[in-house]
Amino acid sequence: MVLELQKPRPIWQIMFSTHHTDVGLLYLITSLAFLFLGGSLALAIRAELFLPGSQIIADSMTFNRIFTVHGTTLIFLFIIPFASAVGNYYVPIMVRYKDMAYPKLNAIAFWMIPPAGALIWLGFADFTWYATPPYSIISAPGPAADMWIFGLKILGVSSVLGAINFVVTILKCKHPDMSIGQVPLLAWSFLSSSLIILVAIPTFAAALLMLLTDRLGVSGFFNPAMGGDPIAYAHLFWFTFHPEVYVLVIPAIGMMYEIIPRFSRKPIYSYNSGVFAFVLLSIVGFSSWAHHMYATGMSFTEKTVFMVGTLAAVPASAMHVFNFVATMWNGRIKFLTPMMWSVGGIALFFSAGAGGVANAAMPLDFTTHDTYWVVGHFHLFVMGTIAFGSIGFLYYMFPYVTGRMYNETMGKIHFVMSFIGTVLVFFTQHLLGLYGMPRRIFDYPPIPEWIAMNQIATVGAMIIGISMAIFLANMIYSSGKGKLANTNDPFGLGGKYYYPFEAKNPSH
Amino acid sequence: MSGHSNWPEWVYIGVVVALMVWVGAEAWEAERLVDHIPADAETIKVTGQQWFWSFEHEDGTKEIGELHVEVGKAYKFEIMSKDVNHSFNIHDYVVLMDAIPGRVNTVWFAPTEPGTHDIQCREYCGLIHYNMRGTLIVEEPSS
Repeated sequence: MVLELQKPRPIWQIMFSTHHTDVGLLYLITSLAFLFLGGSLALAIRAELFLPGSQIIADSMTFNRIFTVHGTTLIFLFIIPFASAVGNYYVPIMVRYKDMAYPKLNAIAFWMIPPAGALIWLGFADFTWYATPPYSIISAPGPAADMWIFGLKILGVSSVLGAINFVVTILKCKHPDMSIGQVPLLAWSFLSSSLIILVAIPTFAAALLMLLTDRLGVSGFFNPAMGGDPIAYAHLFWFTFHPEVYVLVIPAIGMMYEIIPRFSRKPIYSYNSGVFAFVLLSIVGFSSWAHHMYATGMSFTEKTVFMVGTLAAVPASAMHVFNFVATMWNGRIKFLTPMMWSVGGIALFFSAGAGGVANAAMPLDFTTHDTYWVVGHFHLFVMGTIAFGSIGFLYYMFPYVTGRMYNETMGKIHFVMSFIGTVLVFFTQHLLGLYGMPRRIFDYPPIPEWIAMNQIATVGAMIIGISMAIFLANMIYSSGKGKLANTNDPFGLGGKYYYPFEAKNPSH
Repeated sequence: MSGHSNWPEWVYIGVVVALMVWVGAEAWEAERLVDHIPADAETIKVTGQQWFWSFEHEDGTKEIGELHVEVGKAYKFEIMSKDVNHSFNIHDYVVLMDAIPGRVNTVWFAPTEPGTHDIQCREYCGLIHYNMRGTLIVEEPSS
């Protein structure tokens, strides 16, 4: 399998191409650029919180802007475009079609991301990635807030276009000899997450427009001074963004489904259970949005309904974990870098899920809600699961894209340091939340436990930062000067464990 | 499907479902008790605004930033906001309720021992959110 033409080409040929691997490469490079940009903001946040008082950030307004852009960047400009990169590279090949169903639409969907990223970064809004009204309506300074709204609007359209493309490619363009039950799990993950996008995103798209007109003063949907209700925004937002959690995590699980069986040199334990769990997650993902809102004054009945809806998602996630463990069981496992990232990701996925059960239980949520527990919890998903799955997959596809091997030792160092760092930062943040430290605070009182745990978290973050520098060096050096890879068996697993056909889609 | 039997997965799913049912039932039971406000609870009106808390007792006494309560009584907080969303939080007593403009949310607690505890805002509310703090002072009963 070859995913990228290895002959050097002028950059504009890639930029103006509509071929799926070229668009995939554009997605890949863009998403990695935003990973490093967003990650450096995280390091700034952690450095600031090392001690009480102002350390490296002058004032709380700057701090608030930094955590807002950090979250927005890594969710919308790293995780989603990275998944699109993998989807672009693999989905057409997996369904045995020459390209994505709509190549031009595919390129358009990509080219909406850089302007959206520019709007978000040049604006640098301060109202959190949740754009909380009425703060975002009456208090948040413009034009940053308006630029953020437009940026998100563009990203929403881009996601919907990408999702339509994946759904049509998988359902309509798959090879006639191939039934839907033979489509690999990675492609299934894109089908599931794309369907979630198509159902979930329009709600937030509407909410964003309402937020914008509220800011312009011509409407009052979420502004209590004009008879509106901020809770309405919370419902619209979370109706999109709780399912969005699954949009983020499902492709990462799909990537692990590619890696785990190959490096265990065994077929997947149960393909059917993987498909079933994806479909189930996509459905129950829509039944839990208001668990983000227990403390907004919901009635006991509402809280109970959404708790049940949340707990219902656990068995489906647990099925994936079982499937991975059962696949590795008795396998001839080869612990190369991609496998290490996947296994680490599964371990952290399990931890994140266990913490999530505690959040979902109503009385416990009142201890953890809006504290650092929640920060630790969702970072175990976005960093521990999704970024781990994605980075592992990047190492896996590296030889196919560049024709060269990355440096294995540096890859392993990257994993070990990132894993230790992730545990130090995010497990500690869970405890910090139990001690009551709220999220999104620039400064905190000198409570000894808070100081100690913030320092542990900061050290962990710096370890991740160093490992990411090693990663960047490895990627840049190896893509130009790395050893030439044997693209038939780059990982020395024996050829039969790879994708079962030679595939390369010609340029057109 | 490959030929192997799937019974370990079914057992495992059964265990996970049973665990979730147990967690859900325990949470339901606990929350049912917590949601039940005692009839004799004294009402304290809590108002959040950028960036401090103010309190009004049933007898009309007003306090800003500090709240004095007595051991042995139950208190019902009626939580409001004057500007943006806040969240009223006494972490030591697991009191947490959002202050949302245009709404009155209620939550109750009954202090058990004299002492002082931190009050803080747990919902992002802007520039000085980090320092929107107060003190809860629990005193011995006066009579």
